Amino acid sequence: MSRIELRVNGRDVEVEADGRTLLTHALRDHLRLTGTHIGCDTSQCGSCTVHVDGKAVKSCTMLAVQAAGCDILTIEGLANGRELHPMQAAFNDFHGLQCGFCTPGMIMMAVDIVNRHGRPDEATVRAELEGNLCRCTGYHNIIKAVCAGAERMGEVA
Amino acid sequence: MYDLGYSRPATLAEALELLQQDDMAQPLSGGQTLMPVLRARLAAPSQLVDIARLDELRQIRPIDGGIEIGAGMTHAEVAAHPVVRAALTALAALAGGIGDAQIRHRGTIGGSIANNDPAACYPSAVLALGARVQTNLRILDAEAFFAGMFATALEPGEIVTAVRFPACAEACYLKFRNPASRFALVGVFAARLGSEHRIAITGGGNGVFRWHAAEQHLDRGADIDSLDAVPLDLANFTGDIHGSAEYRLHIAKVITRRALMQMAGQLT
Repeated sequence: MSRIELRVNGRDVEVEADGRTLLTHALRDHLRLTGTHIGCDTSQCGSCTVHVDGKAVKSCTMLAVQAAGCDILTIEGLANGRELHPMQAAFNDFHGLQCGFCTPGMIMMAVDIVNRHGRPDEATVRAELEGNLCRCTGYHNIIKAVCAGAERMGEVA
Repeated sequence: MYDLGYSRPATLAEALELLQQDDMAQPLSGGQTLMPVLRARLAAPSQLVDIARLDELRQIRPIDGGIEIGAGMTHAEVAAHPVVRAALTALAALAGGIGDAQIRHRGTIGGSIANNDPAACYPSAVLALGARVQTNLRILDAEAFFAGMFATALEPGEIVTAVRFPACAEACYLKFRNPASRFALVGVFAARLGSEHRIAITGGGNGVFRWHAAEQHLDRGADIDSLDAVPLDLANFTGDIHGSAEYRLHIAKVITRRALMQMAGQLT
């Protein structure tokens, strides 16, 4: 066991875990941040997407120790108190979720897309969401929500 | 995952010392292949030596006649880098199409070629462009570096530190994606270096290889459409549930033609 220092959603935290502990397990089991989901065991579904030092990554494909000293943002860190992040609000307004399982990963990825592309067109959003799977196949509304969320994020900034 | 140790040395020298002291230690770069392998318990290294953040591996710089890319540069960084985009547009495009956005944020060029997955994209560029692979011990020609499926010339304790590419304006990488996994069912990197055509094919199943007969055919001035009649050895391809060897061979010919047409500006 080793002591791993992380900065999660703006808070400095310590996790006592094995070297083999995945970042996603450290977040869910040790820090009880269960908004980050585990949908597959093969690095394919993107449900576990979080930001590490500002970049979207799959937290199931990274050890917690690899993230030591990094700044981590999870779905729990997006909203401002009770006020939803513009991307969360857009997913709500455009019915960008059905069962909701993939949604935290979709939203974290969507914010990353906007951070890199500003206001992306539909084709860009579809290409950039390649690493996020929705088993409900609700992609159409997800794409609409991401485009609308991008507009709103632009207005806030 | 089996239990294992982890260290993140501050310098390349320290990392190499750790790897040389322990035969069962495994260098860890972006981990986008290694983590799934470890989770599936397909490998059991004693420890991981994290080299992803080493300054020595994290630069892209112009060199005489080309560019040098540090082994620790991520696919996203290579895809976005102005020096790469200017000198090797096709390589930047290849890097920007690997896996998905999350994977491109962590996966590295050094990790990709050291792993030499038979369906990986990067090995085809390294081979087609005649890039040279710099390790902590030596410089290897691409031909000498790749040694078949998941095999390279790397010795225990030896790691890739950088890859040196020649600048090349006439080059194109195209892949035919497996519709489910989105991996390259077949990928082709076509290039023209001076008067010499180079075609490297990945995804065949036995590891990246060059289609020499087609290269010579094109060097003699033959047109792209006549490539179909040029022999391509079926032994370079294997079959699986995603496609037979014959199917892969057929796709390789089609994709080669398309890549050459795109290179020549005949197809956009």
